[in-house]
Amino acid sequence: MTTMTAFERLSDEEKHNHFMQRIEAGEKIEAEDWMPEEYRMTLIKLISMHGISEIMGALPEKEWVPKAPTLRRKLGIMAKVQDEMGHGQLLLRVAEDLMKPYGRNREDIMQDLFTGRLKFHNVFHMPAPTWGDAGLIGWLVDGAAIITQTNMLKASYGPYARALQRICAEEVFHAQHGEAIIMALAEGTDEQKALVQDSLNRWWESLLMFFGPAAADTTGSSKQDTTIKYKIRTKTNEQLRQDFFTKYIPRVLSLGLELPDPTMRYDEEKGLWIYKQPDWNEFKEIVRNNGPKSKERLRLRQLSYENNAWVREALSPSNEAI
Amino acid sequence: MMKTPEDVRAQGHEKALKELLLQLADDDFIVAYRGSEWLGLAPHIEEDVAFSSISQDTMGHATMYYQLLEDLGLGVANDLAHARKPEERRNAILLEEVNGPGHYLEEPRYDWAFAVVRHYFYTQAKKIRIDSLQASSYEPLSHVAIKVNTELYYHLMHWKTWFKQLMTIPGEARERMLSAVSRSMEDAGGILALGPHEKKMTEAGLIEGEEFLKKRWLHEVEAMCDDCGVQVTLEPMMKRGNGRALEHTEDLTDAIKTLSAVYRQDPAAIW
Repeated sequence: MTTMTAFERLSDEEKHNHFMQRIEAGEKIEAEDWMPEEYRMTLIKLISMHGISEIMGALPEKEWVPKAPTLRRKLGIMAKVQDEMGHGQLLLRVAEDLMKPYGRNREDIMQDLFTGRLKFHNVFHMPAPTWGDAGLIGWLVDGAAIITQTNMLKASYGPYARALQRICAEEVFHAQHGEAIIMALAEGTDEQKALVQDSLNRWWESLLMFFGPAAADTTGSSKQDTTIKYKIRTKTNEQLRQDFFTKYIPRVLSLGLELPDPTMRYDEEKGLWIYKQPDWNEFKEIVRNNGPKSKERLRLRQLSYENNAWVREALSPSNEAI
Repeated sequence: MMKTPEDVRAQGHEKALKELLLQLADDDFIVAYRGSEWLGLAPHIEEDVAFSSISQDTMGHATMYYQLLEDLGLGVANDLAHARKPEERRNAILLEEVNGPGHYLEEPRYDWAFAVVRHYFYTQAKKIRIDSLQASSYEPLSHVAIKVNTELYYHLMHWKTWFKQLMTIPGEARERMLSAVSRSMEDAGGILALGPHEKKMTEAGLIEGEEFLKKRWLHEVEAMCDDCGVQVTLEPMMKRGNGRALEHTEDLTDAIKTLSAVYRQDPAAIW
């Protein structure tokens, strides 16, 4: 308690310095610890967006849960979407703790989603019209997620880092589940092979966008400098995208697939993949809920929210069971 | 005790076992599908996690029963699940009914009270059936029943909790629940039925008789309603027909179309 009192007596600047020393020393910050406003706000934005994206991310795959072509595939995709919901729940709990000092809670997160104040990941605004997409989402979208999330496994905020440990472990299974679907299709009939190539073409730009713009001037805003400063993440968006290429381009080619970008090549000297930039203006539109499926997917969530209002009302504390 | 498919054939019980396994498999297959349609639409995220886990377990149970049929040489599990026509299915009609107006991807206006009541009624019936099947004369089936029972314990606890919670809150919640109970009762007889081959099933010692199972179900549901302090007419009927006797509604036709959408693109392909 004495230490706490001494700490309380420090000026804001001294508190901030102390906090940054902890960050620099690699210490974990916990929910009840003092933290700068900027750190808290950055985490709330990052984690609530991550959490709600997991939940919205179940919707593109939802179509394929009943339609999965075999019993084993049905079980696999059911397990996957259940995991994703679980990740969403875990992350929202982390975000809720951070929001407490502002008197905000899950209800606010949901309202922010509906009004567009809280955005969800660009990939989950896209259509998934074939079974090939169900495989590709697992293989490459989850593959991309593993790369961005592994980048934050050592995040300075303890509750987030711990949630990510579990999430990443499960995402590895998802990527294997997706890869297994894609391998079966790639080794199958001509029609099945075509499903994979079509999906890859359809998802290519979204996959590039997944990692975010290389710099803030591309889209007008980027939180990457702040998140690196506070050791929430280590690599930049572009480094992550390059890691993704290095890991997946050889695999894509080994399946006999064509890269949707004919200009793509590896520059040995620079040690970089050279590629055609996606349309970042389109990216901005997509994350503003103007993507091809944004409205439809938000509508699903909003409708269920309204439809189940009576259940929430019944479960509210003022209605404790008699 | 029949330990192998050969034993079943030698004792002439193949038909009875096939009928029973198809009922078990088709029930779980269709109810797991109805559950999966709720994904992302449940009253809260915690329920989405729990409900999708239950549906996944249930699809797993269906898979085990279809596998037992495959082991008996009565078809390939995947084909039995996906290729059979609606009029060849043995599931109860209560389980094929849509969750509510709308489609699972478009304007779903699903009824949570109906979901709770249907799943509670079914899970309670399944629990009683599974308890009986643990002593089945076909050993591979009794082994599956023991395995299913470990998961079923949690499923039943889950739906009982919802049932009791919503039924004990006066006002809209209770009204919706009571209305879902009377509506579900109209077809609840189907989940308790063993169909036209019941006698053969009991003679073979595969499962206890329908009357016995029904009595236990009525006893459990009555106790639950008493516990909730509500008066309910406990008359499980089969107003729209008996699924065990291959009677079904359009809802099943649509469901099978969705469930087999990709499979039908090329039934011979490896997916």
